[in-house]
Amino acid sequence: MTTKTESETTVQVYRVYIKATPQAIWDAITKPEWTRKYGYQAAAEYDLRPGGMFRSVASEEFQAMGMPEVVVDGEVIEANPPRKLVQTWRFLWDEQVAGEGPTRVTFDITEDDGGYSRLTVTHQLENAPATAAWLAGSDARLQEGGGGWSWVLSDLKTLLETG
Amino acid sequence: MTDDDRVFKALADSTRRFLLDRLFARDGRTLTELESELEMTRFGVMKHLRVLEEAGLVVARRSGREKLHFLNPVPIRLIHDRWIDKYTERQVSALAELKTELEETA
Repeated sequence: MTTKTESETTVQVYRVYIKATPQAIWDAITKPEWTRKYGYQAAAEYDLRPGGMFRSVASEEFQAMGMPEVVVDGEVIEANPPRKLVQTWRFLWDEQVAGEGPTRVTFDITEDDGGYSRLTVTHQLENAPATAAWLAGSDARLQEGGGGWSWVLSDLKTLLETG
Repeated sequence: MTDDDRVFKALADSTRRFLLDRLFARDGRTLTELESELEMTRFGVMKHLRVLEEAGLVVARRSGREKLHFLNPVPIRLIHDRWIDKYTERQVSALAELKTELEETA
């Protein structure tokens, strides 16, 4: 992917349909035993109440590649299991992205037809262009083929549908 | 139609690919903005956006009185992960085998 050249995008929206219950998707986002199995395999730790803490602990493998132990931190704003989670999200990969401060991410989960659920991730990224580039998979340091939310959600779908 | 069918069908049209490219360059556009870049009626652009929405490639969000259109790259990522990876991996491993074979016989 190339970098975005026009005026900066401040909201990113990602949507995926997964053949799983809203509860299964909720657990896969909020429980470390699930988050270790897909995407960047960091262990998410949540205190699921308004004002509660959030942190994401990088796997040993990623730490060996230079990621800090706590790679994302933030605060829970709203937790309404298994439908809606709103939180702040600060990426601590390096000083530049960490310096952009906390961004805000919302997970919406709704039931759909045929045993599917719809997961929508809305990430508000005002004044956070470096964080935005990471999440869109357009940062040059990501491995070829990109990363970011698209890759994480694709991997989550595979995990929940095929195990 | 399966989800993949809808995505391939949506992508099999140059106007719709143009709309996706515009949203890739800058997300969160109104119909009026997107329409201004195309030699097409408002109704025509709406129809194309609807196909993109049904394929999940565009997600519309309300912001005040405006309806903003966002590119959702996840369906393309899914196709990449399920199809393209599968075939390119094989090519890469075939080339790797060829290299080993040639080097061994050299």
